[in-house]
Amino acid sequence: MEKVPSFFDTPSPPRYSGVLSWLITTDHKRIGLMYLWVILFWFVVAMFLGGVMRLELMFRGETLMGPSSYNALFTLHGVIMIFLFIIPGIPAIFGNFFLPIQIGTDDVFFPRLNLFSWYLYVAGGGLALATLFIGGPPDTGWTFYVPFSVGTHSNVSTAVFAAFVLGMASMMTGINFVTTIHRMRHEKMGWFQMPLFTWSLYATSWVQILATPVVSITLLLIIAERFLGVGLFDPAKGGDPILYQHLFWMYSHPAVYIMILPGMGVISEILPVFARKPIFGYKAIVFSSLAIAIAGSLVWAHHMYTSGMSDTAVFVFSLLTFIVAIPSAIKVFSWVATLYKGSVLMTPPLFFALCFIYLFSVGGLTGLVLGAAGTDIHVHDTHFVVAHFHFTMFGGTGFAFFAALHHWWPKMFGRMYHFKRAYWAAVFITFGFLLHYVPMFVIGLQGMPRRYYDYVAEFETGNFVAGFGAAFMLVGLVLMLGNLMVSLRQGAVAASDPWGGTTLEWTIPSPPPLHNFIKEPEVLDYPYDFTQVLKTRRDDVEVS
Amino acid sequence: MHIASYGRLLGILVALVALTGVTVAASYVDLGAFNVWVALAIASTKASLVLIFFMHIGVEGRLVVLSFLGTIFFLSIMIGFTFWDVAFRG
Repeated sequence: MEKVPSFFDTPSPPRYSGVLSWLITTDHKRIGLMYLWVILFWFVVAMFLGGVMRLELMFRGETLMGPSSYNALFTLHGVIMIFLFIIPGIPAIFGNFFLPIQIGTDDVFFPRLNLFSWYLYVAGGGLALATLFIGGPPDTGWTFYVPFSVGTHSNVSTAVFAAFVLGMASMMTGINFVTTIHRMRHEKMGWFQMPLFTWSLYATSWVQILATPVVSITLLLIIAERFLGVGLFDPAKGGDPILYQHLFWMYSHPAVYIMILPGMGVISEILPVFARKPIFGYKAIVFSSLAIAIAGSLVWAHHMYTSGMSDTAVFVFSLLTFIVAIPSAIKVFSWVATLYKGSVLMTPPLFFALCFIYLFSVGGLTGLVLGAAGTDIHVHDTHFVVAHFHFTMFGGTGFAFFAALHHWWPKMFGRMYHFKRAYWAAVFITFGFLLHYVPMFVIGLQGMPRRYYDYVAEFETGNFVAGFGAAFMLVGLVLMLGNLMVSLRQGAVAASDPWGGTTLEWTIPSPPPLHNFIKEPEVLDYPYDFTQVLKTRRDDVEVS
Repeated sequence: MHIASYGRLLGILVALVALTGVTVAASYVDLGAFNVWVALAIASTKASLVLIFFMHIGVEGRLVVLSFLGTIFFLSIMIGFTFWDVAFRG
């Protein structure tokens, strides 16, 4: 392929260089990478917060910290992981970098708004960090439930405002993506020629646009309650505390799909590439993404079965919850069917993707235990719930994020990483993950409540074992990130299409040039046509 | 450039005012929990009229029109679904 300067060598706007050329850039790829570094920073911070919590829980009694510190720690762990890592992770990094390329264009529709979103994201993160030092860190959990969030003396207002600012960033990214897909898609690319990752971002963006304003306003209402005492959620003043939960989960449950849909998009990209086979049920996956986005927005009150809402609502929301399982299952079956009789080429991204399918399936199936009101009442607010959502969010989105990192790293940086280390890291993370969260299912079923720094003797073994799982996971994560970082200096130079992919990002140099395409992109009639790949390179990975 | 005639815009304004009157009138009729759905249906219709005519979404392609009308429909569903709880509390 023709040698052209990459976007690293061509700042946009062109008159700036050095750090400034990044801080004022409007290039979607540079903005994607700026998100990458900040998001990885927050991930590492929250990972260590989680590690410290797990260390406290390994032994009974007060070992490292008391109850108030533990409360602050799990709140920060949750706020950072949810608002600063999982929600923006895949769309802001890989969406920004690859969405315009996958649809054959040179940038997003609103490049300046894109940069502004990044600044809002950084400001939101800064505010979240500030709560540590101003007025005492919040101790409400990431849900900020009233009446506690209104009455507590910790610095809830700043944390809530941080979430508000982060919501703005998320919304703007959503608006940018929807507009870009509608207005800037290559003229030869119809809706059903779009890659599935782009489709998943499209569905996600609509949820971001529709649901985020609800929580933004709700969070501001908490501040109004705290400072003005308006009584919206205070029963003593005629308010309704359950109304807060409705408003909060109206966003925060769809947010679960904001987190997982892009991850599903990543998996739908990776599997056909390494199975050397068209994805099974392309249209079924597209429509299931849209169905998840729609149905997932109508099930929020399944978080509230024990809150005191009406029995009718419990029945209706339980029923709706089970409907969401259908499109999710369609995806899982399609992925497995894609592998069937494929010419499978094992690589680190595929390894992570396979782990995703298993872990996400366990997360989804244990979700049914919680979606059914009868069983939920028994395990509500126990470690069973903690294990379930870590299986979906970490085992799901987290592993999809790692898969995406390994899949697109050579394209983003033009360097290959060390495969063996990547496999070892994946094995450590997966083994540690299972050892960490499976005991939580058990002690949760036995009745151990979440969000307590101490517990009774019968939960001792489970918590002790889970601590070793966390250690394995930490080792794996450090190894994985270290391996990727080392590759930037020592990795072999990556080819333009190291894996044998068929979507447009694999037709341009690694790393891409400033305007992405050096010649008119050739849009395939079907984005996952591997006829050519099978003829020339059935089972190889190409380095330059 | 006028892409909608003044006559049409005036007609929409009259429709919006009339629908406001209908909202007020409907609030005096006791329909139980359905009062909420009636109010939401009227409000959604009004918002759709504003989007299509005053904000010129109507001149866009069918997909864009459907997308924006979908957002209004969705908002009304979100508000309406909270009444599965509020309207049935014991």
